[in-house]
Amino acid sequence: MIANFGFGVLFITFLVTLYSVFAAIYGDRRQIPALVESARRAMLMTWPLLTLTAGVLIYLLINNHFEVQFVYEVTSRSMPTYLKVTAWWGGQAGSLLFWSWLMSAFASLVTLRKWDRDREFLPWVIVVACVTMAFFIGMNVFFENPFAQLYQTFEGVKPYTFRPPDGILMTPDDGRGLNPLLRHPGMIIHPPMLYLGFVSFVIPYAFAIAALITGRTDDRWIRLTRRWALWAWLFLSFGLVLGGRWAYDVLGWGGYWGWDPVEIAAFMPWLTGTAFLHSVMIQEKRGMLKHWNMLLIILTYDLVIFGTFLTRSGVLSSVHAFAQSAIGPLFFTFIGFTLIASVALIIYRWSGLRSETEMTSMLSREALFLLNNLLFMSILVVCFWGVIFPLISELFSGQKVTVGPPFYERATSPLFGALMLLMGVAPLSAWGHSTVKTLGRTLWKPAVAAVAITVLLFFTYTQKIGALIGFFLVAFVILVTIYEYWRGAYARQRSQGENIFTAFWNLTGRNRRRYGGYIIHISMMLMAIGILGIEIFQVETQGTLAQGESLEIAGYTVQYKEIASWSDAPAGVNYTRSVIDIYRDGKFLGELNPRIDYYFDSQQTMTIPGNRSTMRDDLYILLVDWEPVSSTGATFKIYVNPLVNWLWLGSLLFLAGVVIAAWPEKEAERVPVTVRARVPQQEQTPSAAD
Amino acid sequence: MRINKFVIGGIFILGAVVFLIVTATKASAQYFLTIDELNAKGSSVVDKNLRVSGAVIGNSIQYDAQSLTLSFEVAHVPADNLAIESEGGLAEVLHQAILDPSRARVKVIYVGPKPDLLRNEAQAIMTGKLGPDGVFYAEELLLKCPTRYEEAVPEQAG
Repeated sequence: MIANFGFGVLFITFLVTLYSVFAAIYGDRRQIPALVESARRAMLMTWPLLTLTAGVLIYLLINNHFEVQFVYEVTSRSMPTYLKVTAWWGGQAGSLLFWSWLMSAFASLVTLRKWDRDREFLPWVIVVACVTMAFFIGMNVFFENPFAQLYQTFEGVKPYTFRPPDGILMTPDDGRGLNPLLRHPGMIIHPPMLYLGFVSFVIPYAFAIAALITGRTDDRWIRLTRRWALWAWLFLSFGLVLGGRWAYDVLGWGGYWGWDPVEIAAFMPWLTGTAFLHSVMIQEKRGMLKHWNMLLIILTYDLVIFGTFLTRSGVLSSVHAFAQSAIGPLFFTFIGFTLIASVALIIYRWSGLRSETEMTSMLSREALFLLNNLLFMSILVVCFWGVIFPLISELFSGQKVTVGPPFYERATSPLFGALMLLMGVAPLSAWGHSTVKTLGRTLWKPAVAAVAITVLLFFTYTQKIGALIGFFLVAFVILVTIYEYWRGAYARQRSQGENIFTAFWNLTGRNRRRYGGYIIHISMMLMAIGILGIEIFQVETQGTLAQGESLEIAGYTVQYKEIASWSDAPAGVNYTRSVIDIYRDGKFLGELNPRIDYYFDSQQTMTIPGNRSTMRDDLYILLVDWEPVSSTGATFKIYVNPLVNWLWLGSLLFLAGVVIAAWPEKEAERVPVTVRARVPQQEQTPSAAD
Repeated sequence: MRINKFVIGGIFILGAVVFLIVTATKASAQYFLTIDELNAKGSSVVDKNLRVSGAVIGNSIQYDAQSLTLSFEVAHVPADNLAIESEGGLAEVLHQAILDPSRARVKVIYVGPKPDLLRNEAQAIMTGKLGPDGVFYAEELLLKCPTRYEEAVPEQAG
């Protein structure tokens, strides 16, 4: 009964979004402001309605309503309540609803702002938001109903939205339970983060489309959505990092990123989104690349839809999983439709998007930004190629050929390296015009210092060429950025008479976007240290140990002490926990407890590593197998992952950098004239400041 | 003149990306074969990078914890999604593959921790090489248990 109520509300929401789309279009075309206002109010209704729908679903999840197929699939009696709530996004139907719910929240937030001067954007922003929402809600209503109930008919037990004739409602005793891999704090917040990122990228897209339709193709839409895009990027980036952390903690293969199609699907919108964030700056400062920016946000939007679809087709599935879902063709149709319609709009407004200035110097800031964009797009092409290659090869040679992680590593690492180099060079180049000479004058000091560090590393740490190139780039970027920061603060200290710390603080506060960006660059370098460490220097060993025996790896001594196995019946888990003592140079460092958890409801084991994490390296131990009580041996797989902690440290700094960059400036955007006038002084070129 | 400079730069980047993609694809391409195809091609694909999928036969699973050597047999399943759908979905196809003794089978050896999902009727997707002895030496082992994650409904509920 209550499930039917939830479905009813969902269906009404679907109609409301459709109404909103038509009212907005009709109201705008016929110049009926009241109708547009009605569309806006209808859109504002979607959030309360979807909240109610979600509330019903959560009620069903918490109260073990296993007659509802979705509840049966993702929960079980032994799961704690908080996990039952998060099971909302633990399955396809629920996560589509979650997506729509976030979308409605963001769409409502957008309409809360003052629209006085941008009134003509409003109807089209509503249209884009509501078309997107209608698509996702429609998926729920017609194909993936989270409220479908299990009925017994002559054909067996099947889920139905409405009671079939002669159907008898079935209530299983217990549900199948959330996949144990998903019962991890990282997994609880990882999907919402990713979805927040996905969904908030729809807002800049909606404004871009509104700008194209209304013909107001100046950079107004970019200024209005700049902060949205930054927050979207923050959430998306953090979602990716959390996913990596979850893989590291739970999947038990000693890594954090496996170039799985699902990961790539979430990574692709990040690539276009990052390119977008960079290239909009060129449009704001120089009035160039307007077509390009439009294209980037459109691509980001469609990759977001694609990513939602692919990430939802199953956490553990392979390349071949995505055709199995009934909603696959619909997703592709929707992506195709929005892509073609959006690109057609760009072509329609082609002349209005022409650049105001021309690019002249190869080393100017705008040229380097363009290069940065091309590199991001190249990585995108590599990723896309990797995902579709099996299809292409089958089409042309009849032979299905796939590419694995080595493909991505080989093809992207030079591109990532080039991006790092750019990160070092570009902040020091000037807008408009730059030459090798002017650049060289500012770059040589950090470059020499970076070479010195690399030489030092060569003699003390590693002779591997790839690692040395990587560390050189990291050192170079960090030094350039700090140098640039210091120069700004120093100039301020001289001219304003502030002490150096106040100068630092004020410098950042005065130009948050720029210095926030620098902090983000440094954080990326810290993450690069972690990635280089684990990718290049990871060592592993394995062995079966009797009690008291020990193994040596990378200076550590790992001694197996004991093992215990017990069941926690209410939680439905059997734990097998080993105790391992860790020594280094004869000194006792602590105890690790790699475990194997066995979940009764899903009959699945989970291998939980024991991890000792320092800035120098991680000692990461997996319990692979153990003998029953009579014997005493146990088998362990041991990894030493150097420097990987820098990856997580970098991601925290990254968070700080984006918050600084996205924090509202004191001067609001309400006075565009003064904003424009301020541009030349605000964005002083470094060589001019020299 | 100016245009040319950027066009040349762009072509250079494009060329570099194409080069990277082509060489990386060549170096890491894995041929996706079914067990039937694997048996048919036999010695001609020895030592090539292969990706093979099959249904795990539960009672063939052996694990030596001392050497971390895992061995099991997999039975042929069709690779084509349409064929799988028409035969009643992946779970059903895997089930049939296990029951049918006439299906082509191959022995797999994998060294490493025993994966949590390895069990009867799981789908194993393995990358590795076919040895001259006809055994498939897997370097990577991915497992799917479709019954767990798809809309399989209990035969007898309640």
